[in-house]
Formats: sequence, structure tokens, C-alpha cells
Amino acid sequence: MSGKTRVCYSCQRNGRLTCRRTRLGEPCLKTYPLEYEGLLRRARVTFQAGHTLKESFRVAQLEAVVQMLEEHESDFVDALGKDLHKPRFEAVVSELVLVKNEALYAINNLKKWMQPQHVERNLSTTLDECLMVSQPLGVVFIVGTWCSPVETCLVPLVGAIAAGNCALISPSECTAHTAELLHRLIPFYLDNECFHVILAGTRDFPEVVELKFDHVFFTGNRSEGTRIAQAAARTLTPVTLILGGKNPCYVDQDCDIATTAQRIAWARFHNAGQSLVAPFYILCHTTVTARLVQALKCCLTQFYGSDPRESSSYGRMVNLDIFNRTKNMLWRSGKVAVGGQVIEAEKYIAPTVLTEVTESDPIMQQDIFGPVLPVLTVNNVDEAIAFINKQEKPLCVYAYSSNSKVITRLMSETSSGSFCSNDSILQSLMVALPFGGVGASGMGSYHGRYSFDTFSHRKSCLLRSTRFECVTYLRYPPYEDRNLSLMTWASTLSQKSQGWCHIL
Amino acid sequence: METHSQILDRLRSSFRSGITVPEAFRQAQLKQLMSLMTENEDQILDALKKDLAKPKFESVIAEVDMVINELHFTIANLNSWMQPEYVSKNLATKLDDCFVRREPLGVVLIIGPWNYPLQLLLSPLIAAIGAGNCAILKPSEVSAATDALVAELIPKYMSQDCYAVVRGAAEETKALLKNRFDHIFYTGSQAVAHHILHAAADHLTPVTLELGGKCPCLIYGKVNIPYAARRLAWSKFFNTGQSCVAPDFLVCSKATRDALLPALRQTLEDFYSKEPESSADLPRIVSPRHWTRLMELLKRSKGKVVMGGESNEESKYIAPTVLVDVAEDDALMEEEIFGPFLPILTAETLEEAIALINRQEKPLALYVFSEESSVVNTVLEKSSSGGFCSNDGIIHMALPTLPFGGVGASGFGSYHGRWGFETLSHQRAVMLRGWTLERLNGLRYPPYTEDKLSWLRWTTSAKPSCSLM
Repeated sequence: MSGKTRVCYSCQRNGRLTCRRTRLGEPCLKTYPLEYEGLLRRARVTFQAGHTLKESFRVAQLEAVVQMLEEHESDFVDALGKDLHKPRFEAVVSELVLVKNEALYAINNLKKWMQPQHVERNLSTTLDECLMVSQPLGVVFIVGTWCSPVETCLVPLVGAIAAGNCALISPSECTAHTAELLHRLIPFYLDNECFHVILAGTRDFPEVVELKFDHVFFTGNRSEGTRIAQAAARTLTPVTLILGGKNPCYVDQDCDIATTAQRIAWARFHNAGQSLVAPFYILCHTTVTARLVQALKCCLTQFYGSDPRESSSYGRMVNLDIFNRTKNMLWRSGKVAVGGQVIEAEKYIAPTVLTEVTESDPIMQQDIFGPVLPVLTVNNVDEAIAFINKQEKPLCVYAYSSNSKVITRLMSETSSGSFCSNDSILQSLMVALPFGGVGASGMGSYHGRYSFDTFSHRKSCLLRSTRFECVTYLRYPPYEDRNLSLMTWASTLSQKSQGWCHIL
Repeated sequence: METHSQILDRLRSSFRSGITVPEAFRQAQLKQLMSLMTENEDQILDALKKDLAKPKFESVIAEVDMVINELHFTIANLNSWMQPEYVSKNLATKLDDCFVRREPLGVVLIIGPWNYPLQLLLSPLIAAIGAGNCAILKPSEVSAATDALVAELIPKYMSQDCYAVVRGAAEETKALLKNRFDHIFYTGSQAVAHHILHAAADHLTPVTLELGGKCPCLIYGKVNIPYAARRLAWSKFFNTGQSCVAPDFLVCSKATRDALLPALRQTLEDFYSKEPESSADLPRIVSPRHWTRLMELLKRSKGKVVMGGESNEESKYIAPTVLVDVAEDDALMEEEIFGPFLPILTAETLEEAIALINRQEKPLALYVFSEESSVVNTVLEKSSSGGFCSNDGIIHMALPTLPFGGVGASGFGSYHGRWGFETLSHQRAVMLRGWTLERLNGLRYPPYTEDKLSWLRWTTSAKPSCSLM
């Protein structure tokens, strides 16, 4: 979307100088602040009426999500193709099937997740019921990002629905066709009072957050994440932040170079490098750098042919802004060993591998979402670990080695959202593993049961009866040392048998 | 005198050296904390008496024993909590190791309140130690004697490289918060919580907020009035009402109220005698400022005092006070009372009562007194609160297997026992793969074909509970 931006009629009316649209000449589909407030109010009223509490309601909504993805698969593929030139394969496998599987997993486990969980009791609560009950939080705000626009909106939504919440969902404005598709389809499949898709820009998010939600779930970059956290601080709103950053990947001298190259190339260049979880840069053992680069070159030819521009398996940059930023970094960092071609009119950047990159190069100073893989050399594992620990904690740390000691060191001496050895990305796709960040890569996690827990409140419940005062009377005033000794004695007794107890 | 950033740098480099990671270190520090508690009980009781006129009994059961209990529980269970949690694998990952690892976060800041100045500072510390973090403790300056004692004892018993105490009031705390921590654990008021969250947001620091709220207490259906009166009075006037989980106000029908009042009167007499001011078992308000705040509230209230109401500014004494005819918009309903006033509001039906409490912010705790399980279950399901207890008050937080924390305006995050360990750890997903099965992997590589797509779809749809690849 380049060239002059004209302001559409409704934006003019609302005093805005720029607006968004799907195609030049079409009306702007932006949602305005007054509308967000109205939608939030409707969702809240519906939540308070208790519609989302029943298991049958939640299951029906989850099944509707699955139905929507199945019945409109080609529409989603089409929209993702227009937004990101995403090949059909990637759209289906990394977005649609992923969401479907999360929804099916939630449907299959919802009954279990909704059950109260009884906990171990102590001596004085033996006659009581001690349990935890998961309750929905209320109305949640979900913000998706543009590199996986469907997945980053709908997987959290699955969790929110399963936990019994209502939600406002904001798909990324950068992937306008996908956003518009979700905006159009969701009202046909999901409850119209509980779930609303809003079309908001990043500038509007703090304003939306301040309307007061019960939880905000944000996927994006660090600076946007910080603004969301600051807005949430003003309303004491809990947040989950999944923030992109620079995921390091260590390649050891002792590894299967061919397989390593294949797995890294796949992870780095799918979706034309626009991924939160791809290896961002390689720390390669100096003795294998040349072989790795050669192997990567071979893989890329295998994957995308001699001219990736012709390949239907290769994507494009989402917009000119991202294209330009990536292009600028490309030529100012290290040496282009593979690729390097760019075509502005198509927002095309060839899969590129850079060598002789140093820490101070521009590409290592910023977060680049694009098909450029810098390769830095290290002399040993210690250097690699020291390098990784100098940076902010990323979403993922990767290590390729046949030596399990090396793997263990990389795992235990670094910190990141998740860790994978001898492959990349897969650990973020497993429904049974939590996916999230730590430190600068965010807080909180989701997928599978973790999504359900993120959007629930685990209420502790102690259900006593008033029939037995036999032990409780000890605690009442007037306080007597004798009673205190009795209570302490009973406590110690339990401590010896169970390790702990408290008599109250 | 070290500056804040010097302390933080020192702790951070200790953390980076990996010293807090082995279980042996954590257990040793927990045992040191245990020695601190057992060897200094007299000094602790003394400090609490100075700060809040806390009777020995209350100090022992609500402060000392709670911390010791938490220590025993953590020491006994730490090993199992530290184990990697293996997860169920899918078709494609059968040959891999997939597990969740609990890793320490780094340097944790723990800010304690003044009402249970030892327990609410040291329980989070136990969680921090157990999870392998370093920690900076900031005790409340309002409970000055405990503040001084903690500052003296912690460096004596605990590793000075890993744990530090920072003292000061609001200005010093603000300055401290400018630094970057890996987690902030705050127990206190909503007003201060905003500042803390804001300072944390700049560094993207995760926060646990344990805030108060107006914890309602409902009495409906068939009730054993004398027992209910005793348990209610005990939980309300323990620490002279200065508990974040004390029942803040009561809602019941007029008939219940009329039956309850004589029972309450008798109970208060049994507990504190006819002259509560002379009872050694009733603590005092923590400071003149807090005393004044409470007395102003009482003055502005339009309710009728039916029990208590006496006070003594010099000794910061306020009698256990019960008020009736309190409306929903009364002064006493504006904010958390945090003192020995028990307003009784009336609502004839359970539905009205539930609607009333749902008009308030979500509290830290919610109580129901009733013999009828249908009443208890209705309230449980139709309301939201951090914790819930039927036919008693406060004690649900003494069970270390239950998470203790708030929701909505009463905070987020939780702790006690394993929950504290989880809160102050990072749950890191780990997948350890090998080089095999590359042919199966090959399905996902470009060039993309419809054939490969069908195969991949088939492998994932074969088991509906299987995730991709």
C-alpha cells in the first residue's frame, strides 16, 4: 500500500488525517473509540448475565470456530495470500490447522479443566472440603500480530472461550485483508454479544486498554508491549505479553550439518522470515561456519529453486515499512553470502544469509522481521553462552549439537521463553507445552491448558461446617498459653507425619 | 552505605554466578531462615508488640507459625517441585524429550505491608528462595520495630550476596522502583499498586499484586448462630480488623441480624471482657494516622453503633464496634475499612445480597455462613473473589496447598506453597530432539505440494488431541 493516502469520508467526519482501507478507493473499516466502548459494554452485560458459564455454550462456540475455519479455508488462504503472499501450505499448516487443533484439544479437555480440583488437607481441615474452582475473568482484550494474523488472534480466543470469558479481538491492521475477513466472519459463527472483532491501529491500543478489561493478551513487539503494559498499569489490569526479539541459535562443531541446515532454513525462511519464533541469528562454531553456509545455500535452492521469486512456496514482506527496514539492514551488515536480491514493487527480499557479521552491525542492533539470517562465529560454547546472556532474554533459544553435554549447557546456562535442541519452532507448536516469554520477551504463557489457566481465576475455596467446634475453640480469646501450647504441639505432631500443618 | 543500584548489581552478579540454582543452596538458605525464626522468637514477639500491640498468641499463630509452616512445607516439597514436568507427546515427537523446566527469574523485589509485617514479607521470600532467586526485601516503615528487626536479622542468617534488606519510606521506595527487577511482589493498597505497576511496566517486569478489598460476609438460610457469631467475631477482630482478608461488612436479612446481635454481644464479651480496652488480647491500630482515618470514617457514617464505638487516641485503641442500618452508599462502604468496625447491611433475599456484593469490586476473600450447601454453592458460583470460605473466616489462607491471591481489584498472581514457587519461577518449555525421522520432517519443507499437505493434515487429524507436527 504505497502512494498517496486519501482520507475516506467517515475518517474525515471524525477528524482523522489518515485512514486504513483494504483497497484504495474502498471505505475505511476502522472501528472508532465510541464503538469500542459500546462493544465492551455489551460484552460485559452479557458476561454478567452468565451466558458464558455453561460448558455447553463454550463447547458450541469452540465448535463454531472449527466450523468457520473449515468452511472458509479458501477465504483465509486467499486473505493471507494477499497480505503476506503466504503459500497455501503455510497458511493451512501454520495457521488454520494450528487453531483447529487448539480448539479440538480444548473441546476434548474442557470438562476436566472445568472440574473443581481438590487439594491435600491438613489435620485441622480434614473434615472440610478444600478445593480450587476455575472461574472466568470477564471480558478480555486480545491483540494479534501481523506475522501470524489468524493464529495470534484465534488461539488466545480459544483459551478465552474455553475459560468462559467474553472478548474483544483486534487483528493486526498491517494484514488488512485477514483483519477484514475476521471482522466479517466472526459475527456469523460466534455469539454476537460475547465476541467482537474491532479494527484498531496500534496507536489506539492504550486508549482501548484504559476502558478496563479483565485481562489483556498482546502479541507483538517490545515497544508496543511496553505501551500496553503502561496503559494496563493505569487500570490495574493483568496482562499476557508475547513479545518478539532476537532468538539465538548455536550451531556446534559436532552436529549433523545437512539436517541442521535444513531445519534452520525451514524455520528461518518460512513466511519470508516473518516469525516470532524463528532463529534470528546463528552463533556458529568457527570450524563449521563455511560448511553450514554452503549447506544453507543448498537447502535454499532445494526449497525455493534457483530464483525464489518464482517459487510459489515463498512469501513477501507484509508492507513497505518492514521491507525498507529489512533492506536497509541487509546491505550494512557483514557480507551477503547467499541471496540479497530485493524487488521493491513486489516487497520481495530473497532468502539471504549474511556472514562476517559482528555484534555491532545494524542487523544485530534491531529486531528485523525478514528473510535475513546473520551468521556470527564463535570459538566455543562458552563464547556462545556469554554472547546470548549479554542480550535480552528472547522467546526462544536454539542449539544444534550431537553432544548432549553441549545441549545441557546451552539449556541450563541461558534463559528464554522456551528452548529447543536440534530443531526450531516446534516447541512453540505443541499444545501440551506452554508458549510464552520471560524478561524482555514478555510474561505469561498460553496453548492448551495454559490458555485456559491464563484466562481463568483459580478461586481457593474452603468449605467448613459449623458442626464441629472441637479444635477451633482453641484459637479464640481470651488467649491462653495453654491453648497455644496445645495448638503448637498438634502442629508439630502433624509436621512429623506430614511435614507441615497449621492448626487454626 | 550501598546505593540501591550497587545492591542490585551485587545480587545480580551473584545470581549470574549460578549460586542459587542448586537445590542444596536453596535448602540451606531455607534452613537458615528457619533458624532465624526459631532463635529469635522473643525478639519477634517483642517487635510485633511494639508495632501493633499484638498479643503473643496472635503473633505466634498468625506470624511465626505461618512462616515456620511455610518453611517446613517448602523444605519437604522443594525437590519434587524442581523436577522437570514431562508432557504428553504427539505422533511426531514420540522420540523427543518434551518437558517444562522451572527456572529462577533473577532478582525479586518483595514489598511487605505493616499489618502482618513478618509473615507477609517472609512468605514471599520463602517462595523466592525456593524458586532459586535472589531477593531484595522492603519491609513496611509503618511497622518500624519489625522493619528494624528484619534489617538486623536477615543479613545475620541469610547469604548477604543473595538477599538484602532495603529500608525507607515512600520516596526511597519510589527510587528503588526505578531499577529493573525480574519480578516485583507487592502486598498492600490499590493506590500504591498503580505506582508499582507503572514503574514495572517501563521495564516489562512481571508483578504479583496482593491487594485488599471489601471482603463481604453473607449469612443466609439455616445457620448455627452462636458458632457463626464466634467465628465471625474472631476473623473480624483478629489483629483488630487490620487484615486484608478480614470480613469487611456483613449482609443478612433483618431477622438474621436481630438473632445475631445478642450472640455477637455475648461473643465479644467472652473474647475481650466487658472492658475490651483492658483486655491484653486486643491489638491496637498501627499508627495515629490510621487511627484518625478510622475515626473520621466512623464519624461520617450514618449507621447506628450498637456495640463498641469507644476509642482512645493516645493508645490508638478502638473498641470492637458493630453498626446497623448501614446503607450501600455509607462512608463505611466507600473503601476497605481495615479496622474494628463491622457494618451490617440488610438484604432480605440471597439474590439481593449477591447483587449487592457483585456491585462492589472483586474482593480478596468472600465469606458465607450457612448450614445449607445450596446457599453456599449459589454464592460460590455467582460471585468472584480471590478466595472463598464458608462458615469461617481467614483460615483458608492458612492451608499451603491452596493458592492465595486476588482477582480484579484485589490483585493478580498468587502464592503459598507450590503456588509461590510457580509464581517466582519461569516455566520454560523444552524440546530435545535428535537427528532421526528427517524423512517425516521432510513433509514440512518446501517446495510445497498438495500431496505433502494432505499427508500432514492426515497425521494431525488422526488424533484430534494432537498438535501440529
